[in-house]
Amino acid sequence: MFEQSISTLAQQLRNKDISSVELTRLFLARIAKLDPQLNSYITVSEQRALEQAAAADTLLQNGNGTSLTGIPIAHKDLFCTEGTLTTCGSKMLNNFIPPYESTVTSRIQQAGAVMLGKTNMDEFAMGSSNENSFYGAVKNPWNLDMVPGGSSGGSAAAIAAGLAVAATGTDTGGSIRQPASFCGITGLKPTYGRVSRFGMIAYASSLDQGGPMAKSAEDCAHLMQAMAGFDEKDSTSADTPSEDYLANLNTPLTGLKIGLPKEYFGEGLDSQVADIIMAAVKEFEKLGATVKEISLPNLQLSIPSYYVIAPSEASSNLSRFDGVRFGHRCDDPKDLLDMYMRSRAEGFGTEVQKRIMVGTYALSEGYYDAYYLKAQKIRRLIKEDFVKALDEVDVIMGPVAPTTAFGLGSKTSDPVAMYLEDIYTLSVNLAGIPAMSVPAGFANGMPVGLQVMGNYFAEAKLLNVAHQYQQHTDWHIQTPTMAKGA
Amino acid sequence: MNWEVVIGLEIHTQLSTKSKLFSGAAVGFGAEPNTQTTLVDLGMPGALPVFNKEALRMAVMFGHAINAEIGMSSVFARKNYFYPDLPKGYQTSQMDHPIVGKGYLDVMLEDGTTSRVGITRAHLEEDAGKSLHEDFQGMTGIDLNRSSTPLLEIVSEPDIRSAKEAVAYVKMIHSIVTYLGICDGNMAEGSMRCDINLSLRPKGQKEYGTRTEIKNVNSFRFIEKAIYTEIERQADILEDGGRIIQETRLYDPEKNETRSMRSKEDANDYRYFPCPDLLPVVLTQEYVDGIKSTLPELPSQKAARFQSEHGLSEYDANVLSSSRAMADYFETANNVAKDAKLTANWVMGELSKLLNQEQLDIENSPVSAEAFGGLLVRVKDNTINGKTAKDVLQAMWNGEGSADAIIEAKGLKQVTDTGAIEAMIQTILDANAAQVEQYRAADEDKQKKMIGFFVGQVMKASQGKANPGLVNPILAKMLKGK
Repeated sequence: MFEQSISTLAQQLRNKDISSVELTRLFLARIAKLDPQLNSYITVSEQRALEQAAAADTLLQNGNGTSLTGIPIAHKDLFCTEGTLTTCGSKMLNNFIPPYESTVTSRIQQAGAVMLGKTNMDEFAMGSSNENSFYGAVKNPWNLDMVPGGSSGGSAAAIAAGLAVAATGTDTGGSIRQPASFCGITGLKPTYGRVSRFGMIAYASSLDQGGPMAKSAEDCAHLMQAMAGFDEKDSTSADTPSEDYLANLNTPLTGLKIGLPKEYFGEGLDSQVADIIMAAVKEFEKLGATVKEISLPNLQLSIPSYYVIAPSEASSNLSRFDGVRFGHRCDDPKDLLDMYMRSRAEGFGTEVQKRIMVGTYALSEGYYDAYYLKAQKIRRLIKEDFVKALDEVDVIMGPVAPTTAFGLGSKTSDPVAMYLEDIYTLSVNLAGIPAMSVPAGFANGMPVGLQVMGNYFAEAKLLNVAHQYQQHTDWHIQTPTMAKGA
Repeated sequence: MNWEVVIGLEIHTQLSTKSKLFSGAAVGFGAEPNTQTTLVDLGMPGALPVFNKEALRMAVMFGHAINAEIGMSSVFARKNYFYPDLPKGYQTSQMDHPIVGKGYLDVMLEDGTTSRVGITRAHLEEDAGKSLHEDFQGMTGIDLNRSSTPLLEIVSEPDIRSAKEAVAYVKMIHSIVTYLGICDGNMAEGSMRCDINLSLRPKGQKEYGTRTEIKNVNSFRFIEKAIYTEIERQADILEDGGRIIQETRLYDPEKNETRSMRSKEDANDYRYFPCPDLLPVVLTQEYVDGIKSTLPELPSQKAARFQSEHGLSEYDANVLSSSRAMADYFETANNVAKDAKLTANWVMGELSKLLNQEQLDIENSPVSAEAFGGLLVRVKDNTINGKTAKDVLQAMWNGEGSADAIIEAKGLKQVTDTGAIEAMIQTILDANAAQVEQYRAADEDKQKKMIGFFVGQVMKASQGKANPGLVNPILAKMLKGK
């Protein structure tokens, strides 16, 4: 049952083969049994889940609801959920219960989905391994010694292990795609502005984008159907109607033009990962696609550009965590400055502090032009690279990450190596285009994701491409051994 | 040394939108702390700003009124600093691309000359909250009702050369924003506050001296006094061969002194950068032109019309047009009275005196413009004389009814029957035969002085109701014994 797709479960719920309450209990039991090994949840909201499941059952009884009605899912712990602890993986917010609901979780809730709980993540979404959480590292279900990727590692691991049918994630520099790749699931980072950021605790506002994580492209389409669309509460949200993401899934790929950027296959890419990606591309050729080598010449500039822009925005976004109105406040501050300094020093972890410092420096008078402004200029170049490339091809394909999931603790002492993990994903956020990670094979027993990038607002196209591939491959329905043990 | 003062002003104007600059919370003075707030104003995690289009419209109106370039693509930036009443840790403001660019105002000075003050820019920004120190022993209370209230910050060029000119400029800005209806102009409640940048240089020198900035001065009178005080302070230092330190100062009206707040060295680095939560505000020419067509008549236009249409003097026209409320009052009263000069004199004279005594604004006058006009009609048609009219106005002020009702009830109708006046005068002359003798014996110059006594007696006898216009010639004639 835990391996079923949303479409299948929706059918079973409608046929009354199972009730949402039964399904929810099954997942809650799996969480209770398996999550102590994985640590993929920060909060399990059992009571809220069972209430929502009961309500969903009533709707289903009357033949109402959407395809998500009664489906148990999880939310990354940076989406504010009314009345449910929302920590953002930080000690700073370990007592924060929002009195409001994010647009994304609210829309999914309105579609009738059941919220199992809130998933673990790198603190304030800063990290590529999920080792930066105040609530401890998440383990990769395929190998408990490996990282699940980050920062949406909790969501990815929970789905891979069958502890949620699907989940929400956010992607600032690859935080949906890289953990999806490492855990063997499917994840979509939509176009910037396609999914509302209201109620999402901000890391880097101009890069952050919420999106669906699930076992398949079709399941992602079900989630997108609910979560995408204009939101008047988010000024950067796109004021155009979203597409019907389910309607076009079965469009044949004949004539699809795939671009392979040569910069994605250079030094640093694991050869086994490269082989898997090329094999996947071959599969697309069999489906009628043609392949063309393209170039994204400014790719290597994306890491320095990202690591100026993201921390700059973060340094400002995280100023509100000052101990004054909510969140952690130090004991017995002797004056205002002491309260600020100790509350923030105690509340934020090292990676967060590091990025605040970098961002503060980059925005400082005298350095702004050399760093922030320069980074924005590079960002424009990167965007232009993609626009030019996507004039010639329909989608761009390449690896999500240079390697498969690495060992827990293996890169924590080498931040640059850790940052290099995101070389293939960051540029997509800088450009604002949509991109997916689609399971494409295994190297050394660990999953490998194929990255599919598309033009602005081409989410439906990406989901179609990924779904067609998944109709002809079974990588996305593989299950880790540990998940079968319950 | 002969010093020249160089002044530039930054005026923070609170826009009278119904809701805040970036949230739907109400804007209002005096509400219970933290009741006029949303998630956005409280800086809650995940909350996002949504720009208030009404504030945009108001800013564009102001831009037109000062002949400015309108920023067709303006950008909001974040100004980062920590303060307990700044909930997000940054203030959303405009830096590189403000909504209103270069403009100017021609300011009329007391001596009748006009001086042009350049306006560098006017940008939109949100206000911070308020820290409350009273009622919280050893602690600080935070009221975020004011958080995200829309401000238009109007920055002048350093074109101002005296305290009087500074006040005239601020008064003119005050008058424009209230005319436009984009600010209530209530300085006591902080709707308008002013930062004064001031430096001295030897007369004739081109380069500016080192300046200081006096923060948050909130009345015309304090602006003037703060400038005088700071000029004196800086001049004293310079005369003694000292140097001015660039710093931020506070004006203390009680001690009439400026005090150092912080020096440039411990000034904040605000780390401005474009706010990633807000898109650039891009305007179309149609929008900008559309707003221009909605502009009301501005003070200078009104003053010109008062001269040409009503034949008022330049001085009267300027005084009456200095506030929209006063101009409206004048025009409404004059519509009834149909005598612009008389109406102007009475609005600027008796009415203003009463308003000043009770410290009331003209819009709160207990006597409506229509009722006031009714009083003037009775002055004009000689039903009452000027002196009686003052008493009637006081009665109207006290709520005793319309001018006609009061005149009727108190029997104040002027005596205009010449026969009755002659009889009254005859009685007075008979009772004061000795004075009449003296009068007749005196020369013409002396007579002019002596006639006042008889006028006084007549008015007393008539209880002020005798028409002085009639009394004077009849009295003169009868005194001569003809």
